Amino acid sequence: MSNHIRLSKGLNIPIAGNAEARISKTVFSDIIAVKPTDFRNTTPKLLVREGDRVLAGAPVFADKYRPEILFVSPCSGTVQAIVRGDKRKLLEVRIKADEKNEYLQHEKINLEKAGRDEIVDAIVKGGLWPAFKQRPYGIIPNTTDVPRDIFISAFNSAPLAADLSFTMKDEIGNIKTAIKAFRKLTKGKVYISLSAEDAASTPLRNIEGAEYYIFSGPHPAGNVGVQINNISPVNKGETVWTMDMHLVATVGKLLATGTCDMTKTIAITGPRAINPSYVKVPFGVSVKSVEEFIDKSKGHVRIISGDILSGEKISEDGFLGFYNNQITILEEGDKYEMFGWMKIVRPKKFSISRSYFSWLTPKKKYDMDTNLNGGPRAFVMSGLYEKVVPMDILPVYLLKAILAGDIDKMEQLGIYEVIEEDFALCEYICPSKVEVQSIISRGIDAMIKEMA
Amino acid sequence: MKGLRKIVDNMKPTFEKGGKLSFLYSTFEAFESFLFVPNTVTRPKGTHVRDCNDLKRVMSMVIVALIPAMLFGMYNIGYQHNIAIGGDMGFWQMFWFGFLKMLPLIIVSYVVGLGIEFASAQIRGHEVNEGFLVSGLLIPMIMPVDIPLWILAISVAFAVIVGKEVFGGTGMNIWNPALIARVFAFLAYPSHMSGDKVWVAGLTSGEGIVDATTGATPLAHAAMNELDKIPSFCDMFLGFIPGSIGETSTLAILIGAVILIYTGVASWKIMLSSVIGALGLGFLVNAFAEPGTFAALPAYYQLVMGGFAFGTVFMATDPVTSAQTETGKWIYGLLIGMLTVIIRVFNPGYPEGMMLAILLMNTFAPLIDHYVVQSNINRRMKRAVNTK
Repeated sequence: MSNHIRLSKGLNIPIAGNAEARISKTVFSDIIAVKPTDFRNTTPKLLVREGDRVLAGAPVFADKYRPEILFVSPCSGTVQAIVRGDKRKLLEVRIKADEKNEYLQHEKINLEKAGRDEIVDAIVKGGLWPAFKQRPYGIIPNTTDVPRDIFISAFNSAPLAADLSFTMKDEIGNIKTAIKAFRKLTKGKVYISLSAEDAASTPLRNIEGAEYYIFSGPHPAGNVGVQINNISPVNKGETVWTMDMHLVATVGKLLATGTCDMTKTIAITGPRAINPSYVKVPFGVSVKSVEEFIDKSKGHVRIISGDILSGEKISEDGFLGFYNNQITILEEGDKYEMFGWMKIVRPKKFSISRSYFSWLTPKKKYDMDTNLNGGPRAFVMSGLYEKVVPMDILPVYLLKAILAGDIDKMEQLGIYEVIEEDFALCEYICPSKVEVQSIISRGIDAMIKEMA
Repeated sequence: MKGLRKIVDNMKPTFEKGGKLSFLYSTFEAFESFLFVPNTVTRPKGTHVRDCNDLKRVMSMVIVALIPAMLFGMYNIGYQHNIAIGGDMGFWQMFWFGFLKMLPLIIVSYVVGLGIEFASAQIRGHEVNEGFLVSGLLIPMIMPVDIPLWILAISVAFAVIVGKEVFGGTGMNIWNPALIARVFAFLAYPSHMSGDKVWVAGLTSGEGIVDATTGATPLAHAAMNELDKIPSFCDMFLGFIPGSIGETSTLAILIGAVILIYTGVASWKIMLSSVIGALGLGFLVNAFAEPGTFAALPAYYQLVMGGFAFGTVFMATDPVTSAQTETGKWIYGLLIGMLTVIIRVFNPGYPEGMMLAILLMNTFAPLIDHYVVQSNINRRMKRAVNTK
């Protein structure tokens, strides 16, 4: 394959706790949750009440402003609780799962003959439309939109991320089905990006109908946003769609069988994970059902739905997010370190900066914690963010445009091309401890509001 | 270690909201975070793990890089004084003499500067920024050794208040604060800051001075077209010449440059392009020069004379006031080098061109960046048109 893109900017954060390539547990029934907060720019309209029975794949809530977009229950059971936060904001719909899943059966479609509308309809009714994310903004696309292209990343480069060539190895058939369907959703191409490391061996390397690109380089090479920017960037007025590979498999299964089987193989990782490995779980699984992996013996732990760069902290009775394929467990850094910044060497800490000496031990993995390692300051250093953003974008200027609320400048400097995760490494390396991702969020929210 | 933490924990309530000394919280926080990396954790959404590099570390690297030039500066104070009085001081005697001369300057600079910095952090309710740790050492190093302490104090106060705090503190300022202090002293108290006598300790008061000593810096000689009086290249490179305290030894500054580039704290692009600019224009000037004039002095002399090396390594690279785009850094450095030579050679009134060149380019750095950013914008617009 000749489409090889080499990226040199970026960073692989050497955190300990990579998942061993084996499935150590299969979680069947439990309390699971559907969380409206997983979906950006969605105002939920509840379709069930506490005590209602739902089937697996039956809608739980819809988007108030686009009622055709449904969010469904991953399993059959009883609605146990509807959890609300401040101002009655809907946070979770908790469902007590049955011992055995009963599926809502949809009509099977004939992919060879089906047109675009039929396929869209099948995915929407099956409850998996939210699996699509649109660039700009990382939101769920309108069902009537036609994207320029569809991009799918076939590898994760985020710290400790699930290895797709392992988790997807039994899903190839479903992925093929999905890609065949996606080809009819776009006028352009369906791109799949492989990592140079396993491009020759991954089971994902020959899906018919997809346009392949190979990427080499450190994280964020696996981020679909970075891939889009390097293959065919999003211009003003264009939309492209992306989908996480796990969800591609789920959509494929829905199209092939007519049932929405929402289970996935996720990685349990991190320095405070006992026996980091893979588990098979339903979507929205509760942390409680994987409790035995959490090492609480050495102080407070933080549980993250997702990776350490862009995931979300969840409590010990929290639930896995819709788009996340990984639970990361690490220590809370809520302790003081005496003379920390003054020490000549800090063997337990990693830094991209050569003012520490962690670059001398490139193979070492670190038991990282959540300490901020300093106090928040104004932007001082320049030229640092650029080292970890492999896109033709000036990160600091985009961030400053957002802080200034300058819509025109944001547009000109590339707000359409990025979502939070693409700038996560800037936040990691920033010596001024700037909250880069929340600034990007603010920018995207401002754009959505402006364009509405 | 636990004991110290306990003491700090016991003191904390007094300074926190509602405590007796709560108006001093920023000050307390500054000292606490000096001793301990705080126990703050990352937010529930966003990056959960942060690099252990922070601004304290970055700034302390600059201090480390300044140490060779500072130590040599102390020694050179004694060395120049010894020549001026025709004495026979030993190495340690000269160093000790310089140390005692330099110490009050450093103390005054830090006390005045940090005092204002703490007060303004307090007023704003911010944490104290580390920026002045560097400026506070830079300022005495670019002053003549015989500067009266009261002038130093006023210059520092002017630099911190007008040069930095009115813009919003470290990270928001337009001009390098240390250079603002220097230029303020230079323009407000010219009799104390220029001429030949201030550069050698004791020369101003004139006690016990050998008659032949003028104390003129090589740049002053060059500006008078007295090329024969300029010390050898080697002496100037090593730093055995009169001048501002920290600026004389190019060798010591180079050691600092290696530390800054190696740790990635300062931009090598600015340093390199500034040298290229000075050499390029220097050779051009050489080509058209009348023999015996400053213009005829070989271009590489420009690099070891006056504040060029110090300015290039420690002042031009200030990340806040320099150009911030990577392409912009090349242009910015190049222009600093060229302007320095132009001001030095063609304007005998200001033999020290480096200070003015950097301040001028600080002013234009946002303009340079504007055009670099604009080219990124244009590229994006063109792309949009091409694909349609």
